[in-house]
Amino acid sequence: MSKFKKKKGGDLPAISTASLPDIVFMLLFFFMVATVMRDSTLMVKNQLPAADQIQKLDKKDRVMYIYAGEPSSRYSDKYGTQARIQLNDKFATVSEVAAFVLAERASKRQELQNVLTTALKVDGDTKMGLITDIKQELRKVNALKINYTTRIGDYAQNID
Amino acid sequence: MPKRSAPEVNAGSMADIAFLLLIFFLVTTTIETDSGINRKLPPMEEQEEDIVIKQKNIFTVVVNKNNQLLVEEELTDISDLRSLAVEFLDNGGGEGEEACDYCQGARDPKSSDNPDKAIISLKNDRETAYKVYIAVQNELVAAYNDLRDREFMRLFPNEAMSFVAANKKYSDPRTSPDEKERLKPKLAEIKLMFPQKLSEAEPSKTN
Repeated sequence: MSKFKKKKGGDLPAISTASLPDIVFMLLFFFMVATVMRDSTLMVKNQLPAADQIQKLDKKDRVMYIYAGEPSSRYSDKYGTQARIQLNDKFATVSEVAAFVLAERASKRQELQNVLTTALKVDGDTKMGLITDIKQELRKVNALKINYTTRIGDYAQNID
Repeated sequence: MPKRSAPEVNAGSMADIAFLLLIFFLVTTTIETDSGINRKLPPMEEQEEDIVIKQKNIFTVVVNKNNQLLVEEELTDISDLRSLAVEFLDNGGGEGEEACDYCQGARDPKSSDNPDKAIISLKNDRETAYKVYIAVQNELVAAYNDLRDREFMRLFPNEAMSFVAANKKYSDPRTSPDEKERLKPKLAEIKLMFPQKLSEAEPSKTN
């Protein structure tokens, strides 16, 4: 008789939470691996041009980024629409590039200091004048390895 | 008789499942890496002596302020740039010591002597748009890559891949050191056959 009685049991059984930590850790690890750290927020328009003859960029710790382009709409009131350089989180002028490169270089490990690449993330509509100025500055501080960061795509997309 | 609650679900295996999923994601996700065109800037110090380069060994590419392309002083569409550059690099018009035995070009005496001598000179205006400049760079690199692919496949048919693929494999950290050692001299040989000689003049000022 009692065999059939016990089914309607009174209090709800507690759901085991023993596996909750596992699930949380799993999510944590997943996001740790999958997220790409971006250490600076973009303040410039950054529609990269397309290219297909590309090579992968070096490991993250060997790269420093220089952004350039028109200030994005949030900043255009204050900074106008003339293309500008962004270093870390600030707008910068051409003359600040050299100092930035030296500071970045000093912050890296000794053995990496000579193999650093400068990634130029420049908006497609920027005029070459600004880029040439940046390149001249880079030459002055002997940061000769550069990478024009692009999207993957056909070159024809660049020509209107 | 005391009330018996439902038996607890065994959670012992939950951790295993979680780890299984974790490992699955670890294996399958790739971290997005940036890619682009690598270039090396010339060092700052001036050349001591001027090296005389024959005009026929220079392939001038000019992008003007209206983003128009001038190849050897003629207005050209960018879609023709790659084939023109290949024609120039592969010409092999040299004689005697400067002859190029692997070139398959027209051997026009008015064009480049050999790929080692051939220099592509890229000049742009300060008003040129960056994206057009990248398109031109892309096509010039493509011209070199086309030729290198051709020679790589001709010399090393056993590899059954192109120069670009081999280079990619070489720089891939997953490739074994033995494989890298094997590829290295082959890649170096091809690079020597078609060295990338791309000179960039300082841009002209727009008045």
